[in-house]
Amino acid sequence: MLDVAKRDPAIVVVGAGPAGLRAVETLAAAGLRPILIDEAPRPGGQIYRQPPVGAERPARDLYGFEAPKAVALHRLLDRLGDRVDHRPDTLAWSLLENRLDLLSAGSFDQIDFDRVILATGAMDRVLPFAGWTTPGVFTLGAAQIALKAQGVAIGRRVALVGAGPLLPLVAHQYLKAGAEIAAVLDVTPLAPKIRHGLGLAWQPATLLKGLWYTAHITLAGHPIRFGVKSLRVEGGARVEALVWTDGRGREHRVACDAVGASFGLRSEAQLADLAGCRFTFDAVTRQWQPERDPEGRSSRADVYLAGDGAAIGGADVAELAGERTALTLLADLGRPVDASRVALLDRRLARQRRFRAALEAAYPFPGHLLDAVPDDEMVCRCEGITVGRLRDTAKVREAHEMNRLKAFTRIGMGRCQGRVCGQAAAEILARTLASEPAAVGRLRGNPPVKPIPVKETL
Amino acid sequence: MKNPVAAATPLFHRLVPRAGPPVPITIDGEPVEAQTGDLLITAILTHRPHLRRFEFAAGMRAGFCLMAGCQDCWVQLADGRRVRSCSTPVEAGMAVIIGEDPQDA
Ligand SMILES: Cc1cc2nc3c(=O)[nH]c(=O)nc-3n(C[C@H](O)[C@H](O)[C@H](O)COP(=O)(O)OP(=O)(O)OC[C@H]3O[C@@H](n4cnc5c(N)ncnc54)[C@H](O)[C@@H]3O)c2cc1C
Ligand code: FES
Repeated sequence: MLDVAKRDPAIVVVGAGPAGLRAVETLAAAGLRPILIDEAPRPGGQIYRQPPVGAERPARDLYGFEAPKAVALHRLLDRLGDRVDHRPDTLAWSLLENRLDLLSAGSFDQIDFDRVILATGAMDRVLPFAGWTTPGVFTLGAAQIALKAQGVAIGRRVALVGAGPLLPLVAHQYLKAGAEIAAVLDVTPLAPKIRHGLGLAWQPATLLKGLWYTAHITLAGHPIRFGVKSLRVEGGARVEALVWTDGRGREHRVACDAVGASFGLRSEAQLADLAGCRFTFDAVTRQWQPERDPEGRSSRADVYLAGDGAAIGGADVAELAGERTALTLLADLGRPVDASRVALLDRRLARQRRFRAALEAAYPFPGHLLDAVPDDEMVCRCEGITVGRLRDTAKVREAHEMNRLKAFTRIGMGRCQGRVCGQAAAEILARTLASEPAAVGRLRGNPPVKPIPVKETL
Repeated sequence: MKNPVAAATPLFHRLVPRAGPPVPITIDGEPVEAQTGDLLITAILTHRPHLRRFEFAAGMRAGFCLMAGCQDCWVQLADGRRVRSCSTPVEAGMAVIIGEDPQDA
């Protein structure tokens, strides 16, 4: 390593969402000049995503109640100026030992870091259902992004399906924008939401917003149907209808030309995986997460984790965790930190954890969808690997572990690197073996975490 | 595709009007107008029901996540470039090649 003592340590933050932005703010305030990497052209991350140049709209229209938070975060980098080395439009496609591989506007670069904060966020959790690869079926997040970033609806008449608080929010946003809604379907039952309502009151403002969206869409004639048992998209070349079974087993059919469907969120943890961070299985969200202590440290001394990239907590937690993790990093460097600020952040984060526990309990994992999915349906939309292929391979070839299943079927090796299919495949394998996803292991990632031009990698 | 009207009807539907000059592009040779501020996926799906052929079986694809994660929306341009259309701003003169589903041809 270069003469570390003579220079400031090289600190890199990956992700310019609420977590990464609060982290660089804290690092810059301590006099360090962090490098901030994000593949998006503008800061904000997922929830506070900014439209592309030329498609801007007033913050109030885009972010509703959250507009002040969004604007504060968008302005943060302007305020910090060159105290942060911001590198937008830059993909971090690999992380091995202390080196990050970058791709920006077609050119490759590398950074050697002393410490890195991974604040890579989350994407929709995807589960297959009959017809889910039909053109016009998108994730619920995609339905929202189409509206927020582009001012378009994903179709003329849209059915929305979910398993979390994003569902009433997107339905509310679509109705407000004048879109036609065909149905609003929640694949989780209503009962646990009532049972855990008290726990949700740990964040009264968030609870009230959720109730407000739900009331709005109900009054607009689209009450949420809870406890949906199975889903099937009709139409071959494009979406013609969504057929669904309700909690009592009755079948319903709604005509529509687009569907926005996803089932909670999933951390983007590929870089933490390449970095060699230890992962543990989270029994509540049923996913493998990089281990993170309450202060933001991973199992690797120079790698820190903040925001939804290590465990789903939502936007407010991401902001708190970004600052908290940066303070941990500063303390680990031997820099002074304000102990009262640390205590305040820890209290707020603890409160949020109680809320999150109630929220997860209110939206249990909808595994029943996987029992309903037919053998001939694809689970891998990159390469067309079917659910039946996984079930057969598990039984006939005794593939009892995810990486063995991958070796036989190529599951998780397509362009998306298992982002879309990984969790579903593990659930399908576990269900076929009458086992648990914790027992079937997890797919190991390989660089690049996203496709890069091939010739330059040689 | 059996129904020719459905085959031609676009997927995306504009709800928010946008200022700025139109951006001319072509899709399979046909000139169409995108709007300033469009991502390429928006420019295509406001005129067409899909983006590309699925290369592993019959069928077409129209993107899925819109957040640069799923890689379902890669599009071929006539100049040889392949671009991820949900994270690529539209540029005047882009010539998109979609082609037909071999099953329908
Ligand atoms: C569609 C959608 C809607 C959501 N809506 C809400 C909501 O209404 N309320 C709520 O509380 N939460 C919502 N969430 C959850 C959301 O994850 C958090 O609210 C919040 O965005 C998390 O902040 P973050 O900083 O952890 O990550 P993000 O905001 O996701 O930011 C991560 C950033 O890292 C960048 N990045 C990731 N990997 C790389 C890489 N390899 N190279 C370069 N850059 C990279 C991404 O481009 C992104 O900008 C939503 C999530 C999604 C996907
Ligand atoms: S639609 Fe998923 S990467 Fe573009």
